[in-house]
Amino acid sequence: MELVDDFRLEMRGVSKRYGATVALDGVDLSVRAGEVHALVGENGAGKSTLMKVLAGAVRPDAGEVTLEGQRFSPRNPIEGRRAGVAMIYQELSLAPHLSVEDNILLGMETTRAGVLRREVSRRKVAEALDFFQHPELTPSVPVGRLPVSCQQLVEIARAMVIGCKVLVLDEPTSSLAHEDVKRLFGLIEKLKDEGHSIIYISHFIEEVQRLADRLTVLRDGKSVGTHTVGKISASDIVSSMVGHSVDELYPRSLRVSGETLLALDKVAGVVKPESASLELKRGEVLGIAGLVGAGRSEMLRAVFGLDRVRSGEIRIGMHQGAAQPHKRLQQGMGLLSEDRKNEGLALDMSIADNITLSHLEELGPMGLVLPSRQVAASQRWVDKLAVRCRSPKQPVQAMSGGNQQKVAIARMLHHDVDVWLLDEPTRGIDVASKAHIYKCIDELAVGSSEAKPKAILVVSSYLPELLGICDRIAVMCRGRLGEAKPVSEWDEHSLMMAATGEA
Amino acid sequence: MSKEKTIQILSRFGPLLGLVLVYGLFALLVATGHLHKSFLSFANLETILRQTTIVGIAALGMTLVIIAGGIDLSVGSIVALSTVVIAAGLDGGVSPILAAVMGVAAGALCGCISGQLITRLRVVPFIVTLGMLLLVRGVAKGLAHEQKIDAPLTWLNELLATLGPDQKWMIMPPGVWMLALLALLMAGLLRYTRLGRHIFAIGSNEQTARLCGVAVERVKVTVYSLSAAFAGVAGLMQFSRLTVGDPTVAVGLELDVIAAVVIGGGSLSGGEGSILGTIVGALIMSVIRAGCSQMGLPNWVQEIVTGMIIVIAVTLDRLRHRMTD
Repeated sequence: MELVDDFRLEMRGVSKRYGATVALDGVDLSVRAGEVHALVGENGAGKSTLMKVLAGAVRPDAGEVTLEGQRFSPRNPIEGRRAGVAMIYQELSLAPHLSVEDNILLGMETTRAGVLRREVSRRKVAEALDFFQHPELTPSVPVGRLPVSCQQLVEIARAMVIGCKVLVLDEPTSSLAHEDVKRLFGLIEKLKDEGHSIIYISHFIEEVQRLADRLTVLRDGKSVGTHTVGKISASDIVSSMVGHSVDELYPRSLRVSGETLLALDKVAGVVKPESASLELKRGEVLGIAGLVGAGRSEMLRAVFGLDRVRSGEIRIGMHQGAAQPHKRLQQGMGLLSEDRKNEGLALDMSIADNITLSHLEELGPMGLVLPSRQVAASQRWVDKLAVRCRSPKQPVQAMSGGNQQKVAIARMLHHDVDVWLLDEPTRGIDVASKAHIYKCIDELAVGSSEAKPKAILVVSSYLPELLGICDRIAVMCRGRLGEAKPVSEWDEHSLMMAATGEA
Repeated sequence: MSKEKTIQILSRFGPLLGLVLVYGLFALLVATGHLHKSFLSFANLETILRQTTIVGIAALGMTLVIIAGGIDLSVGSIVALSTVVIAAGLDGGVSPILAAVMGVAAGALCGCISGQLITRLRVVPFIVTLGMLLLVRGVAKGLAHEQKIDAPLTWLNELLATLGPDQKWMIMPPGVWMLALLALLMAGLLRYTRLGRHIFAIGSNEQTARLCGVAVERVKVTVYSLSAAFAGVAGLMQFSRLTVGDPTVAVGLELDVIAAVVIGGGSLSGGEGSILGTIVGALIMSVIRAGCSQMGLPNWVQEIVTGMIIVIAVTLDRLRHRMTD
């Protein structure tokens, strides 16, 4: 008999389908004790569904999960937690008004005859917090007053007090500053040394390479391989995630730049940006790179009039000065929000309503808006962008992220704006939709016999994407926008250096 | 597929089915002899419609407010203020039509103030209109020196009166026709105008509306002004029945009005609601009231039944949501 590895957690042949879509198709994943195991894959590859199975939020159609040799099939997240699987999601689930201590103990308060036994609880919490050695983390502070990085620690402390064996971290660094990332990594190392198993989900290959012992790649709901970190190169990881080599994703036709459509001169917002100057020409795609929190979105929002402009000059075509969003739209500028669900789209309204909302003119006689004309106008864009839906009357709620994003883009096509501000246009969407959006951006920048070329400003945290689609790229670091240089003068390394302020 | 279709039909005509059900139930009671057959007569139908008019007209405005994700608690007080203003106007020798316009305008002004406070101070509508509920009631009482204002009889008092033999060609009293006309106008406004789409968008997701260039503040002020103007019209109807200006009338009316909207499928979180639904909601409550009182049941039974209907209606609505999601 061959030697069998001693796995703490094993998932074998896990499958799950929703109607016609296969979310998971026979996934295998095994994690040892005292191991950091990275789970990588494109959005929509099935990572979150797999983790929901593990958490007990979703029941698989087939497959088997064992935890420490025991069959593990939690019927709900509470059972999952009790059995020792704790999840830390991107959106933290804490009660902001309650103190750190109360949050950690929520749902498992020690009581005698219904009365809280504070001293027992306090001891447990103090032990857990001791582990972090963090100055701001004291038991009595309301969680809402702590920075996000500390709130995350509170969630981890909660998991530890429960006595978790497998800790799942879903994109834990996406909203953290550099210092906090370092601290978190130190903590993860420490947890690992104590024998915890950690499943680490991340888009950042370099994080995975630094932190993980092994990694499993998911693609289209299948596990396509488990590798020992250090024995596989970054580009091989990416190719394995995407399933083909990367550059064919980004079409780039010959673009001719025309007159300047947007000019910023030392624009400053209320907090960020501190100073942003740029010129964007017709027929050009200009990328803005930078870390999360550098002030890139804030710059777009200030320019579009959603946030206040503190100082500086903004010129759009012939229009000078700050203005409200409805004025900006009239001036021919549109903004694609980075927050599709809370801002970009009205989820319970129909596709047609969402597409036509900013421009309801010309949809009926005497300024009236006829629903039939709304639907007809939307159908054109639905076809052009290949939005998958039964009809434009369908609410956008139930659609996939990629299709929702196409609807948000269709709104700007319908409005026919000249200056496109795109904030993370491909965040959280599948590869096929991404390809569609890249193609659309390229077509807009090139123009056609019917439409003049547009001017496009793209904010993205995904560097290959910026390098793939942009003509020029500028980097924002701590609220200051650097000089825009041709894409040929950048690579991922130099962009990262500039973003972290080390260039 | 057939299940989906059923849900679709149920969701569009749900409140209407509810009305048919309630009316049918009383019809059954007529058949079994528990209720006099005059309940089903045309005259009784007219009575029910007349009794629906005040709540119905105020509920038209409230529908807009609720679709936009707000609430207006000051409706009852505005009705009272409107009756006082109209009576004072008539008493002061103003022509009936001008007195009516003054009453409606007084209402609209209150709504405009609420709207401004909500958008400028960024205080939630519940609190602002709760304040206005007391404030407007106080103004009405002050204007009327805390007593009823008598007014000379004019044609304003015939808006909701039973039709005389020479007026039979009208079929229904003019007030009921006004309700129908205003309902049609509002349904058209919601469905076929930019303002209507903007109201839905704000209720569905205010941030998206702002991103799409909707002048959110302006639309909200418009909506509260319209709602209060409708309350002013409801006040005109109230005056028509009372023949006096009464600052203490219509206490708690806002709750009936909100109930009508909610029974009709309006969602207090915004983005949902319809004029047809609201009218049906108001009718359901009137039918229950008329039926119960004609059966000789005491007031408290009506209240229990109406309360149950509200909870059942909203529960069914949530169920439907869960099924479509």
